[in-house]
Amino acid sequence: MATSTQRASQLTLADLKGKVDPDWCPGCGDFGVLAAVQKALVELQIAPHTVVTISGIGCSSNFPGYVNTYGMHTLHGRALAVATGLKLANHDLTVLVTGGDGDGFGIGGNHFVHSMRRNVDLLYIVMDNQIYGLTTGQTSPTSRVGMKTKSMPFGSVEAPINPISLALAAGATFVARGFSGEQKHLTELIKQGIKHPGFSFLDVFSPCVTYNHDNTYQWFRPRVKKLEDDSDYDSSDWKAAIEKSLLWGEEIPIGKFFERTDVPTLHGAEPVLDEGPLVHRDLKVAPDIARSFIEELM
Amino acid sequence: MKQTFAIGIGGAAGQGVATPGDIFAKIFSRRGLNLNAYNAYQSIIRGGHTFLTIRTGPEKVTNMGDRIDLLIPLNQDSMDRHLKLLTSGAACIYNAETIKPASAADGVQLCPLPVSELADIARNKVAQNTLAIGAGLHMMGIGFQALEDVLKEQFKKKGDAVVAENVSVARAGYDYAAAHFTAFPHPLPKTGNRYAILSGNIAMAMGGAAAGVKFYCAYPMSPSTGVLHWMAAHARKAGIMVRQVEDEIGVINMAIGAAHAGVRAMCATSGGGFALMSEGLGMSAMIETPVVVINCQRAGPSTGVPTKTEQGDLWQMLGAAFGDYPRLIAAPLDIGDCFKVIPEMFNLVDRFQCPGLLLCDLLLSEGRLSVNPEDLDFNPTIDRGELITAEGDGEAAASGTNGDYKRYRITESGISPRAVPGVPGHVHTVATDEHEEDGVLISDEFTNPIKRRAMMEKRMRKVAGIEAAVSPPALRGSRDADVTLIGWGSTKGVIEEACEILNEQGISANQLQIRWIVPLHGEAILKILNNCRHTIIVENNYSGQFARYLRSETSFVPNGYIRKYDGEPFMPHHIVDAVKAQLAGDTELSVPMHEIMV
Repeated sequence: MATSTQRASQLTLADLKGKVDPDWCPGCGDFGVLAAVQKALVELQIAPHTVVTISGIGCSSNFPGYVNTYGMHTLHGRALAVATGLKLANHDLTVLVTGGDGDGFGIGGNHFVHSMRRNVDLLYIVMDNQIYGLTTGQTSPTSRVGMKTKSMPFGSVEAPINPISLALAAGATFVARGFSGEQKHLTELIKQGIKHPGFSFLDVFSPCVTYNHDNTYQWFRPRVKKLEDDSDYDSSDWKAAIEKSLLWGEEIPIGKFFERTDVPTLHGAEPVLDEGPLVHRDLKVAPDIARSFIEELM
Repeated sequence: MKQTFAIGIGGAAGQGVATPGDIFAKIFSRRGLNLNAYNAYQSIIRGGHTFLTIRTGPEKVTNMGDRIDLLIPLNQDSMDRHLKLLTSGAACIYNAETIKPASAADGVQLCPLPVSELADIARNKVAQNTLAIGAGLHMMGIGFQALEDVLKEQFKKKGDAVVAENVSVARAGYDYAAAHFTAFPHPLPKTGNRYAILSGNIAMAMGGAAAGVKFYCAYPMSPSTGVLHWMAAHARKAGIMVRQVEDEIGVINMAIGAAHAGVRAMCATSGGGFALMSEGLGMSAMIETPVVVINCQRAGPSTGVPTKTEQGDLWQMLGAAFGDYPRLIAAPLDIGDCFKVIPEMFNLVDRFQCPGLLLCDLLLSEGRLSVNPEDLDFNPTIDRGELITAEGDGEAAASGTNGDYKRYRITESGISPRAVPGVPGHVHTVATDEHEEDGVLISDEFTNPIKRRAMMEKRMRKVAGIEAAVSPPALRGSRDADVTLIGWGSTKGVIEEACEILNEQGISANQLQIRWIVPLHGEAILKILNNCRHTIIVENNYSGQFARYLRSETSFVPNGYIRKYDGEPFMPHHIVDAVKAQLAGDTELSVPMHEIMV
């Protein structure tokens, strides 16, 4: 998504520290995502008061409280809908949406799909730990078949969602995957996602050290392969991205799967916004226009 | 008794019931006549039965009335359903070649049109409709020019040939009536007034534009969709961002997101969609971001009767979202009020930073009324409350740098100055979890019984302010009447007319119509009702939802109830007959039968 033109003077990591410290379990993957977001904002030098971080509900959705930007901790699954309204009312703001796999792909699945086809200009980071953590360990939409949890003690029989393929199919214009254990790489993806004009989807493997004993740091480390290391990979090729998105198992690609910048953003496609953000507009309808509305009825 | 004249046009959906209705409406309003139109229809795009009632007259017309003066059935089914309800003095114009009348009451004039002799029906499929309009107009004593002008406008886009064809067919009908039918005894007069004709949905949409709404979103749902249609069609001129969203959950959350950024945001739906919005309303209350939600009630529960009216969502509105929180609920009294109430509601929700709900219904949403254009005020007072949209606004300067600003500062009024994202020096996070004054969240970890209590009390202190900001209802009519009729929202017009009829018949009646559901002003209502002789609550639902609410707030129990839950609105005689039965001691609960089979 596009960055604000307002820049802070010498923004440092300390400026982005939230009022309270995270209450995540020690070792939680979400710490890495928080650090990467803060680094990305510092590297891009975006003034915190021009950024709004919006989340739903869940462990990772506590995120806005830990970063010193404007924040909204909304309802379970609804962050993208709230973010869309906010962005359309003031498109000068940089909007980050953060949440988990249950929040985004389960209860919020409908908004996820529609936000992508609308190409709302924001960065959506999903801290994907393939489990429900805050409710103490139930199967999530990305839990693998066979995974045993409190809600499916004999193993899940449902196929998981493939967030990357889904995002590509739904029309997301920037689709990437990161790993909380790959800080530098993740920070780079966040920066790219913030700068991308349109809907940027970033799925991040963010291991749950308490409830998911299958998809651990140790499990991911040997499997993740950076797309950026493959010089033949062309991230403007949608079909190639779909193919890569299907890879899972011994080799799991991370990095930027796909990006296109030729699709207008939602706010860019609406002539109503040509005169600038709605929030700065006069509330009154011009008298001649008001008269014309009434004349139509006479 | 005041002069009114009602036309009933019946046919199948798709047969063109709307066009003659629109043409008559335009002719009446340009004569300076008042008008009320109500379309009884079904959830079907082609077929079924649709019955449009247009009632007009030189004085105020607030409802569909009790009688049809002119029936225009466009098919046999409509003839069979409605002819038998006509009474002496009425007339029925119909296509003599396709429709056969059954027996009619004495004094009803049957006016058969030899359609194929008067028009080329191979070329003009709706010739029977146009002929009937022409014939009807003559019988009402209105000159042909009025019709010619409207037809020219109506068909302008289709070219001169189509205009000429329609004018000549209408003329043929007009002339045929002059030669063969007896005109109505009281020609419709002309006055110097000019009216706008609009539906409640258009009124609410325009009221939104007048209030400065900059963001409107919705999911299509009858009978609220008209608000979306007006907003979408006028968005660019009015500078409003209009979105159609994937579901009503998305709608309320998107609207709150926009409102949180600092614009006035509104959305509309019906009962089912409103149910989905419930959790979102709680968020609006908890993060103290104002939003206005319209519920155009239809007959429930569940999908219910999508095209029929009811006042059955009162308790859903009262109980929407869990937990205690301040809210406002208004039930507009008529279509003009649908416009007026929106800027009022926005000023209140901006001041008190809470959700504002409008309890409308199909009767107002899709009904049409003539409104004095002066009453459509696009320059209303705008009060955005304690809003900080730029550095240095209000108390902003004093609140200093990041971290010192307290979004939820505990105040005597319960209202905390609200900074919107983008304002320097006020960075904060809002949370649907309970939070501290500065917004720090995460439910139980950062709160405790003392903090929770303080924050609950802060929010709930706004209730007293809201109560003081809204005026209590007043009694209409003579203080010592025999009977007091209590209604709420859209029943205002029909109860008013029932009172007039009762007064004419020697039973003095007055009316207490409730516009504000929350705040209710229970004490003021009690003061009024305790001095009334015989009280009856009139409402369009099964269980007496308002009666139960009034009782829960005031312990007041009326003498009787008049309820209707068949999907159709009250007609004046339903209320008049029920009042007489109740005053005679026959019953305490009347459920009038809707005689018209629509």
